[in-house]
Amino acid sequence: MSATEITPYRSQAGPRPDGFAHLLRAELTKIRTVRGWIIGLILTVLLTAGLAVLTAVGGQMLCSNSPTGPTLSGAACRKVPPLGPDGTPVSDSYYLAHQSLTGDGSITVRVTSLTGLYTANGTAQMGAGTSGMTSGTQPWSKAGIILTQNTTQGSPYAAMMTTGSNGVRMQYNYTHDLAGEPGTATASAPKWLRLTRSGDTVTGYDSTDGVHWTQVGSVTLPGLPATVQAGMFAASPDYSVTSKSLGGGTTGGGPTQATGTFDNTSLQGGWPASGTWTGTAIGGGGPAGNGPQGEQFTQSGGAFTVTGSGDIAPAADKQAGQPVEQSLVGDFAGLIALIVVAALFITTEYRRGLIRLTLAASPRRGRALAAKALVIGAVGFVAGLIAAAISLPLGNHLAYNHGAYLLPTSTLTEARVIVGTAGIFALVAVLALAVGVLLRRSAATVTTVIVGIVLTYILSVASVLPDSVAEWLTRLTPAAAFAVQQTMTAYPQVTASYTPATGYFPLAPWAGFAVLCAYAAFALALAARQLHRRDA
Amino acid sequence: MNRTVEQAATAEPLNPVVPVPSAQTGPGTRGGWAEGWSEALHAEWTKLRTLPGTFWLVAAIAALTFAVGAAASGTATCPTADCGQDPAKIALTGVDLGQAVVAILAVLMVSGEYSTGMIHITFAAMPRRTLVLAAKAASLTGLTLVAGAIAVCGSVLTATSIMPGRGFTTAHGYPPSTFTDATMLRAASGSVLYLALIGLLSLGVATLVRDSAAGVGITLGLLYLSPIVAGVVTDPTWHNRIERYSPMNAGTAIEATRDLASMPIGPWEGLGVLAVWTAVALLTGGIALHMRDA
Repeated sequence: MSATEITPYRSQAGPRPDGFAHLLRAELTKIRTVRGWIIGLILTVLLTAGLAVLTAVGGQMLCSNSPTGPTLSGAACRKVPPLGPDGTPVSDSYYLAHQSLTGDGSITVRVTSLTGLYTANGTAQMGAGTSGMTSGTQPWSKAGIILTQNTTQGSPYAAMMTTGSNGVRMQYNYTHDLAGEPGTATASAPKWLRLTRSGDTVTGYDSTDGVHWTQVGSVTLPGLPATVQAGMFAASPDYSVTSKSLGGGTTGGGPTQATGTFDNTSLQGGWPASGTWTGTAIGGGGPAGNGPQGEQFTQSGGAFTVTGSGDIAPAADKQAGQPVEQSLVGDFAGLIALIVVAALFITTEYRRGLIRLTLAASPRRGRALAAKALVIGAVGFVAGLIAAAISLPLGNHLAYNHGAYLLPTSTLTEARVIVGTAGIFALVAVLALAVGVLLRRSAATVTTVIVGIVLTYILSVASVLPDSVAEWLTRLTPAAAFAVQQTMTAYPQVTASYTPATGYFPLAPWAGFAVLCAYAAFALALAARQLHRRDA
Repeated sequence: MNRTVEQAATAEPLNPVVPVPSAQTGPGTRGGWAEGWSEALHAEWTKLRTLPGTFWLVAAIAALTFAVGAAASGTATCPTADCGQDPAKIALTGVDLGQAVVAILAVLMVSGEYSTGMIHITFAAMPRRTLVLAAKAASLTGLTLVAGAIAVCGSVLTATSIMPGRGFTTAHGYPPSTFTDATMLRAASGSVLYLALIGLLSLGVATLVRDSAAGVGITLGLLYLSPIVAGVVTDPTWHNRIERYSPMNAGTAIEATRDLASMPIGPWEGLGVLAVWTAVALLTGGIALHMRDA
């Protein structure tokens, strides 16, 4: 060889662009230019919305006004429950012995017993009286004093009460519950209760001896009129047993009633001079309202017994109406399509050898992976946002037209559901990408992610597994993220089956979402490590 | 790995260099259906057997199905009489997961060949494509049946030994059941068949779409979406239709051993519905295989 110096070729194109923006642009171009992936992303939106439409139409309400009448369907069957002051659907059925109170004043009573009857086997029918019922109170059987705007269902109120097994409580406006003295009212250990009205403020006190009083709570009922109804009440929610079977829960049980015994009644302030008590069954009589021992009150001197049935509590569950997130059930179909695209986004590079080019162009492999994750996450977020923003209003509109009563949900909560769903799409896409780097095979990647999020959800909400297992699955697996879609509130003062199968997740919305975040972050970190260590 | 497969596939009495324009000169017709069949089966079985993933996938089918079933049996309780639970369904919960691995195995048998280009050699060696598909189906079914049988036997034996200790007693309406009870035997053997049918369904879908990610995605979507949708559809007519005609809801009816009268579809009828889905998928896949260029 001669010693001639050969000048190495230098490109005139300038320094190679190594900016992160260029990497993002490169990855976005890859997604944009593969026809199958664009089809997959469009399917993500269409499948989500399509299933929302199908389930809304398939959720047609059927009913009949009388046993022999024709079967009605659709809007004619919509049942709108009474609404509380804040718009929450409520149960408002109880028996009230009341007088009107004008201006400020107070009522004090001593409760010496709270007894109850319930139907153990669920065979008692509405209005069939109390024959065949068993003695015993429910945990949230209530007897006490109440101050309510008027006797129509859903009116603002504040009440002090003894309960079956939750001690003395102060409850107001259906959704609020404050704890007082523990223990059950008995003749030897009676409970003293007092409610005082001063302007819009109602204050509740309890006492064990009628001398030493403890304030339980002081609440404001805005816009309370000058004249309100106040007196003694009793209520007892339905007895319910839920047994899980063959992919769903069956609920048995039946109506119950509670009887409170009151004495030492003392009224201060603007009460009428006549002092006559009126008995009213709020809500037209509870489920066990009729019959010889039905809802009533008796008075003998200063002593009273009040027997009532029903409950004064929020009723925002699936029995009352349809939660808005039900229209998002199609997101599982959309997620499957997105998982396929996100997995192919990386596994195709391995199959075609493109990964070597990608890593040659960006030798800092972590940055290449970050660019891929950012792009597929953003694409997933946009697809999920479009899918949810179409499905939720469309599905709910159709469901409403087909007779469903939609549980009222604030715009802010709906926005959280939609954005949270988009976030799930983004995280699942990133998770699929990370798993794809780890496994490098399309089929294994797609299956792992689908099993991780869809099958765990099925096992939690629609399987024969016990509720405790279902709750742990929705705490520990990626399916926990669907908590971000939950709009129903689990109220401790209402006995019900709060399980994933009935739409209640054990974690708070964003806490559940954080579980999926943790999975995606962990998988991505593992993927980055493996991408560094392994030969491409 | 590919070398092994290619050797196996081309070790047929046919010169792979000579293009085979028509079925007349193929090995299938020379010796009739039976000979072509045994060659095709031998080739497909060798390919399946020698893939490094196959052993792990088959092991995963058995292990995951068993593990989830045993976990479900170990957590289920029956605290009261008539607790409304079906021990067989609980014991066979693992099938819900096992079927996903079956789908991988089945899809890879087809899409793996497309992604490596192996399919060209396969069809050059055996121009009768239906025969190839049938051979693939037979090899897959054999493996799935073995893996499924191990998993299901393990699940049922575990369940029958631990569930009586968890409240599933005669006093609660659950007389001690053994493997050989007619209904239990039906649920167990039916579940093995269920897994085999899911394998064939996936094979049909994969033959149609040729891509492994899409194949698995479509198969799992077909299976897993119906239980979720059935949970929110309240119209009894539609709910009943989903329960009766969707592959997973209808197919898993075979697992039920109690309250059969109240089920939307009978056990064998349900499995029959899945068989129809499978037949349609295989037929569509087979026709596409015939009509399309490989």
